[in-house]
Amino acid sequence: MLSRALRHVVLLSLAAVVLFPFVWMVLTSLKPPEEIFVDHIRWLPDRLYWVENYTRAFTKAPLAQYLLNGVIVALAIFFLQVLVNLPAAYALSKLRWKGREFVFGLVLACLLIPPHAVAIPVFLLLYQLGLLNSYASLILPWTISVFGIFLMRQFFMTVPDDLVDAARMDGISEFGIVWRVMLPVAYPALTAFGIFSLVAHWNDYFWPLIAINEQALFTPPLGVVHFRNDDAGTDFGALMAAATVVITPLLVAFVFLQRRFVQGITMTGMK
Amino acid sequence: MKTKQLVAKKIRLGAVANWAPLYLLAPALILLAMFLLGPLLAVLGLSFTDYQLGSKSLNWIGIENFIELYHDKNFWRSLRNTALYSGAVVPVSVLLGLGVALLIEAQKSFKDFYRTIFFLPVMATLIAMAISWQFILHPSFGFLNLLLKEFGLSGHNWLRTESLALWVLAAIGIWNQFGFNMVLFLAGLVSIPRHLYDAAAMDGASSPFERFRLVTWPLLGPVTLFVVVITAIRSFQVFDTVAILTKGGPSKSTEVLLYTMYAEGFEFFKSGYASAVTIVFLVIVLALTLIKTRYLEKKVHYA
Repeated sequence: MLSRALRHVVLLSLAAVVLFPFVWMVLTSLKPPEEIFVDHIRWLPDRLYWVENYTRAFTKAPLAQYLLNGVIVALAIFFLQVLVNLPAAYALSKLRWKGREFVFGLVLACLLIPPHAVAIPVFLLLYQLGLLNSYASLILPWTISVFGIFLMRQFFMTVPDDLVDAARMDGISEFGIVWRVMLPVAYPALTAFGIFSLVAHWNDYFWPLIAINEQALFTPPLGVVHFRNDDAGTDFGALMAAATVVITPLLVAFVFLQRRFVQGITMTGMK
Repeated sequence: MKTKQLVAKKIRLGAVANWAPLYLLAPALILLAMFLLGPLLAVLGLSFTDYQLGSKSLNWIGIENFIELYHDKNFWRSLRNTALYSGAVVPVSVLLGLGVALLIEAQKSFKDFYRTIFFLPVMATLIAMAISWQFILHPSFGFLNLLLKEFGLSGHNWLRTESLALWVLAAIGIWNQFGFNMVLFLAGLVSIPRHLYDAAAMDGASSPFERFRLVTWPLLGPVTLFVVVITAIRSFQVFDTVAILTKGGPSKSTEVLLYTMYAEGFEFFKSGYASAVTIVFLVIVLALTLIKTRYLEKKVHYA
């Protein structure tokens, strides 16, 4: 009994510390300035000021535009990743051909390259192509995901060959098999990879910071930092409101899809 | 009849003599060459040149960039800071992840509840959360200093004090990462067969500590190594918090490897020099990744 209580005491105190930055951010976003700039701790707002704070977050900076950019970029990346990676994974798992092992070895070797390491040449390439400061510069470099190919290939290896053979007997082309046979069975692996990909690119700061300097193309992380530097300055209420808005979409999705999230994000461990 | 059988056999083997593998793989291979392998070779090549972003010419200068690095105090400072940061984040976030996983698994109640909470910082946008941390650490209106005041202690300007800033960033890093480690440990704990605990109990291992020493720890060993290496790789890539909270300051005390690379390459436009920094970063991360891959292969073979 005692040890049971002790477990909860320890875990709850740690949980309080872990949650604190979230709680304080939201509480601050509800307070008027005179309750933010204080010389002692005030937990709850005396006067609710959230309408003003959230309105300023959306009007002093194009926050809605940032969110839209984030959605466009993350979804486009995932869509193109599926388009590129699924056929590749299929060719590396269900087709027998000379050189397959070599190409798969290449994919495995590329898994070792940290994305930061190629930032400078990729930046120069996009500069040469005149693509910097465009959605393309945010999306294109991520359309190839060797991790995605690897993951889907491993999954396809577990799909029975009979399924593919039957489709061939029916006269479906190899390209057709990828989309009509493999895609539907790949759903669980694809969901996990999708969550991993969407979370990674919604949250990414390093690459957008390099590729974009036009405000209209800012993703949410770039936008919220810009808001802090230029528009909000010491307007902590509005700044915390903006930060709250940026983390909310993922947080809500997380609450509904917890297990898939944990599964999807910890897959990076295999990377 | 015979040809039909042959065709069937061919189909069964997937040995369809056509261009299918080529056209299915072509987009992936082209993009791979454009955005991974090509750039990897390019960064290696650039590290031997004096290329500056926007300049028209580029000269092969051999290992001069690396010699300059060797004599660059700032670079050593950056490497040292990255090592110190990782030296703090790795052990603490691994032990915290393990401890929390053990506590969560110890009993049945509220498992999902705790797991969800400790996982939140892993997936929440770090940039947004760093801004929240910055406000908490604000010298005059920040919660931390106000809390210290309640206890009669004096506060600090946490992110602007040379002796503190790196450790504050490490604390944020630990907050951000240990939930990830917790999940890996939870998966490891679940895979330990229950009957081993029963066997240990029969052998007289009655206290939880004995059970941990005899069963949990030895069986969790490989997972622990794996978690340590992953955490090391992740903490070596620290960038976001540095870029928006300290910009490497005060007086270079939080300058870390990726931030040095970013500043040299994209603020001072010294692409060649920044490429040399990248090579150092790459070598360290590759070495760590190879350790992890070797472990993964072992796990595949002996599982």
